[in-house]
Amino acid sequence: MPAVAVKPNPAPAEIAGPAPSPSKIVRLPRPRRASVGLMEAIGSILGNVIPPLLLILLVSFIWQSLCSDPTSLFPSPATIWTESRELIVNPFFDRGGVDRGLFWHVTTSLSRVAVGFTAAAFVGVFLGVWVGASKWAQRAFDPIFQVLRTVPPLAWLPISLAMFREAQPSALFVIFITAIWPVIINTAVGIRNLPQDYLNVGRVLRLSPPEMFFRIMAPAATPYIFTGLRIGIGMSWLAIVASEMLLGGVGIGFFIWDQYNASRISDIIVALIWVGLVGYALDRFVALLGHFASRGSAQS
Amino acid sequence: MSSYLSIEKIGVAFQKKGVTSEVLRNVSLSIDRGEYVSIIGHSGCGKSTLLNVVGGLLEPVAGAVILDRKGVSGPGPERAIVFQNHSLLPWLTCYENVKLAVDKVFGSTKSAAERRDWVMHNLQLVQMAHAAAKKPSEISGGMKQRIGIARALAMEPKVLLLDEPFGALDALTRASLQDVVADIHARIGATVMMITHDVDEAILLSDRIVMMTNGPAAGIGEILSVDLPRPRNRLAMADDQRYNQYRHLVLEFLHAGRAARAA
Repeated sequence: MPAVAVKPNPAPAEIAGPAPSPSKIVRLPRPRRASVGLMEAIGSILGNVIPPLLLILLVSFIWQSLCSDPTSLFPSPATIWTESRELIVNPFFDRGGVDRGLFWHVTTSLSRVAVGFTAAAFVGVFLGVWVGASKWAQRAFDPIFQVLRTVPPLAWLPISLAMFREAQPSALFVIFITAIWPVIINTAVGIRNLPQDYLNVGRVLRLSPPEMFFRIMAPAATPYIFTGLRIGIGMSWLAIVASEMLLGGVGIGFFIWDQYNASRISDIIVALIWVGLVGYALDRFVALLGHFASRGSAQS
Repeated sequence: MSSYLSIEKIGVAFQKKGVTSEVLRNVSLSIDRGEYVSIIGHSGCGKSTLLNVVGGLLEPVAGAVILDRKGVSGPGPERAIVFQNHSLLPWLTCYENVKLAVDKVFGSTKSAAERRDWVMHNLQLVQMAHAAAKKPSEISGGMKQRIGIARALAMEPKVLLLDEPFGALDALTRASLQDVVADIHARIGATVMMITHDVDEAILLSDRIVMMTNGPAAGIGEILSVDLPRPRNRLAMADDQRYNQYRHLVLEFLHAGRAARAA
């Protein structure tokens, strides 16, 4: 909002007469709004924070009143607090095996996502550029991509286990194969939708093919690429939790499954909240990366 | 006298689904150094096609373009184009948009400081130095087109190609940009070829107006020499006898063309 107030008035430059004198930049007087700005900022934060807080309180209250009966199969918020207190307040304890704080489980899962997703990002962008730029590559690959991308992540798991025979590489493969399709498809769309005008600018300047790619094509496709990456990281987080349940060993997915077997529903609910928050953080992280990489033109 | 830019017997045809459509046939035109030539015609008559051939973005099926005694093939910075929709790269600031062109054209002949000064000099020419650090999305349509002109000028082109540069602008902004272009043309003596469909704009700016016949297989109908003293003032012009005469001539040609097409 304040940016509007200090914007140089464009009028003098626009209606400058034929005289070659350089036009003057007239600055609008800066209104005194420093104190108002602070109040506005606090107001907007409160306005964004209070409604969800109120809703959470309300839902907790209803939840508590519905599940407070001791015979209830589903724990109430108060029960969760008493049963899973250590899990909530101390995410960092480590007594070996599965008996560790949620931080460690999430870290394990995140490291798997990091490896699988990074591989998917690199291979996906590379393939996407190829498929977007070459008409023949598009014709050859596109139908295959369109079919493969609809295969649910968990359907890849048995094949992947048969191939690798171990939990770790299988999990990485499932992440990779889940995240790669949106990356490929969005990158290809970005390259294909490249405005001809931008290419013409490059042609008039006689940019070499590498210059054309790095100065024109890659920046123009960056918002599309990051859209693909955002969808991809969301899907890998979905896939890792599900595949860890089946693979066992470590990770947040396995933790949830393990607590289910031990009938500790309270712990599962705490873990679910963690999964949601981490997924949200991942999405914001990639969106923010995209915002910086595209220098503000990708939505964050 | 051999002309500076010579368009010789250009023919352009497009093939689509096995059907060949001829857009331009046997178009020849000579433009002198420092001359300002406008090409006017109905939309779809192939005037932009002609400009793209000169710009090298389009290969003609017949004929050739000769600039400064050298045959033209492919696009190049000595024939800088100002595109109708400005075509600024949105991820670069105004300064960087011009800098990209300057670095590419003068990367080996000018030092970094000289290139920086040259960018700012060209931004000043279009009165946009104050917006150097802004993104194209932060400035108005008229300002974007100014930056587009600065980018083209910064290449120090032998000929400046303007493809309906003011077509997308409102009347007031358009007038101020016309003044900018007229001023630059007077100051640096640029050779200019401009596509337009605005009669007043053509008369105000041009030394000669090339009127194109309607397609298919369009060609040059008439060429009108505009013999008005420069600098031309748009207000004084409105009462000028010759100005109105020119206006009448061009409108007559355009309307006769439309009547012929409708018949």
